[in-house]
Amino acid sequence: MNFRWEWEVFLRDTGGGQTYLEWLMSAWGWTLSVAACAGVVAFVLGSVVGTLRTTPNPWLVRLGNAWVELFRNIPLLVQIFLWYHVVPAMFPILKSVPSFLLVVLALGFFTSSRVAEQVRAGIQSLSKGQRSAGLAMGLTLPQTYFYVLLPMAFRIVIPPLTSEAMNIIKNSSVAFAVSVAELTMFAMQAQEETSRGIEVYLAVTGLYIVTAMTINRGMAFVEQRVRVPGTIGGDR
Amino acid sequence: MGNLDLSFFTWDLVSKFLVKGFLFSIELTLVAMVGGIFLGTVLALMRLSSFKWLAYPAAVYVNTMRSIPLVMVILWFFLLIPFLTGRPLGAEWSAVITFTAFEAAYYSEIMRAGIQSVSRGQVGAGFALGLTYGQNMRLIVLPQAFRNMLPVLLTQTIILFQDTSLVYAIGAYDLLKGFETAGKNFNRPVEAYLLAAIVYFVICFSLSSVVKKLQAKIAIIR
Repeated sequence: MNFRWEWEVFLRDTGGGQTYLEWLMSAWGWTLSVAACAGVVAFVLGSVVGTLRTTPNPWLVRLGNAWVELFRNIPLLVQIFLWYHVVPAMFPILKSVPSFLLVVLALGFFTSSRVAEQVRAGIQSLSKGQRSAGLAMGLTLPQTYFYVLLPMAFRIVIPPLTSEAMNIIKNSSVAFAVSVAELTMFAMQAQEETSRGIEVYLAVTGLYIVTAMTINRGMAFVEQRVRVPGTIGGDR
Repeated sequence: MGNLDLSFFTWDLVSKFLVKGFLFSIELTLVAMVGGIFLGTVLALMRLSSFKWLAYPAAVYVNTMRSIPLVMVILWFFLLIPFLTGRPLGAEWSAVITFTAFEAAYYSEIMRAGIQSVSRGQVGAGFALGLTYGQNMRLIVLPQAFRNMLPVLLTQTIILFQDTSLVYAIGAYDLLKGFETAGKNFNRPVEAYLLAAIVYFVICFSLSSVVKKLQAKIAIIR
C-alpha cells in the first residue's frame, strides 16, 4: 500500500473560480447556519410543547404528547423527504421555498420533540410546592410558569440541551439528501471530483469535531453563569 | 391535497420493491444490535479497567465515534474498507460493518452506566467467594447491568432502526430506498414518501410502546 498525502488538493480550483478550501469554508458556513436556525426553531417549539405537557389541561397534554410521538418516531431523513416532496404537494404556496428553509424546518421540528421531552422532565423535576406557592401568591397559571417554574426549569435542562445542540450539528449532515451545500454534501462531491477522499473526509470530520467542542465549551460557560445559588451545582 | 392517488400501491409492488428493502433494514438492525452490544460491552469493560492501556484507547474510540455524524462514518467506512483490503465491498456489507462499529460506541456508554449502577457490595461479595474477575463479571455484574439497562438498550435499537435509513448516502437498498424506487417507477413520489413515513412511524411507535411496558414491568420487580 503506497499512500501519499496530497493536502495541496485544497488549493486546487473547483472549476468555478474558487479553490476547494474556499468551498470547504462556505460549506462549513452552511452547516452552521442550518444548525443554528434549526436550533432556534427547535428551542422555541420544544419549550412551548414541553411546557404544554405539564399543564393541568388534559387536551393540551395530549396535544404535546402527540407532537413528541409524531416527530420522534419517523427517521430524520424521511422527515426531510416529507418536507421536501410531500408538504409542498399539499400546500402549493410552499413550492417556491428554498430547500435550505425546508431542511431547517425538518431538523427544527425533529429536534423540538427531543427538546420538549427535556423541558417537560425539567419542569416535572421541580418540587410541587413551587407551583402551589406561585398559585397561592395569587399569580395566574401563565405567571406561575413565567416567573416561578420556567426560570428554574431552563437552568436544570442546560446539560441535556447541550447534548441536543451537539446532536443538531451532527444531524444537519442529513441535509445532503436534498442538496444543501453543507459539509457532508461537500465531502461527497469533493471526494468524487478530486479522488482525494481521505484528505477531504479528514478536513470535514475535523470541522465537525471542532464545532461540537466549541458548542460544548460555550454551553458550559452559560451553565456556569446561570447557576442557581443554593443548589448542589450552584455552590462555589 | 385532493390528488393523492394510492391505487398504485398493490401487493405486486410490495413484493417487488419493498420486501427486499424491509428485510435488509431488519437484518442490518439485528446484526448491528447483537454485534454492537457485544463490542460495546467489551469497550465498556475496557473503559472501566484499571489498566490505562486498555481504558485510554477505548475512551478515544467511543468519544471519536460519538462526535462524528453517522453519515460521515458511513462515508468513511465505504471509502476505507476497499482502500485497506484492496477489494471493493458492496454498499450493503459496508453498511453492516459500519453500523456495528458505530453503534458499539453508543451501546458501550449504556453498558458502562449499567455496570456502574451495580452496587459495589456485589463485586466485593463475588471476590470474597473466590470468583475470578471473569467469573465475577460474567455471573454477577453483567447479568444485573444488562437487566437494568434493557429498556435503554432497546430504545437505542429503535434509534438504530431509524438511522438505518441513512445508508441512502451510499446507495444501499433498504426500506426507504424501496419506497423511493417504487415512487419513481410509478411516478408517485409524494405518496411513496408519505407511505414510507407511515410505515416507519407504525414500526417505531409500536416498538417504543412495548419498551415502555417492559420498563414498567422491570421497575415493579425491582
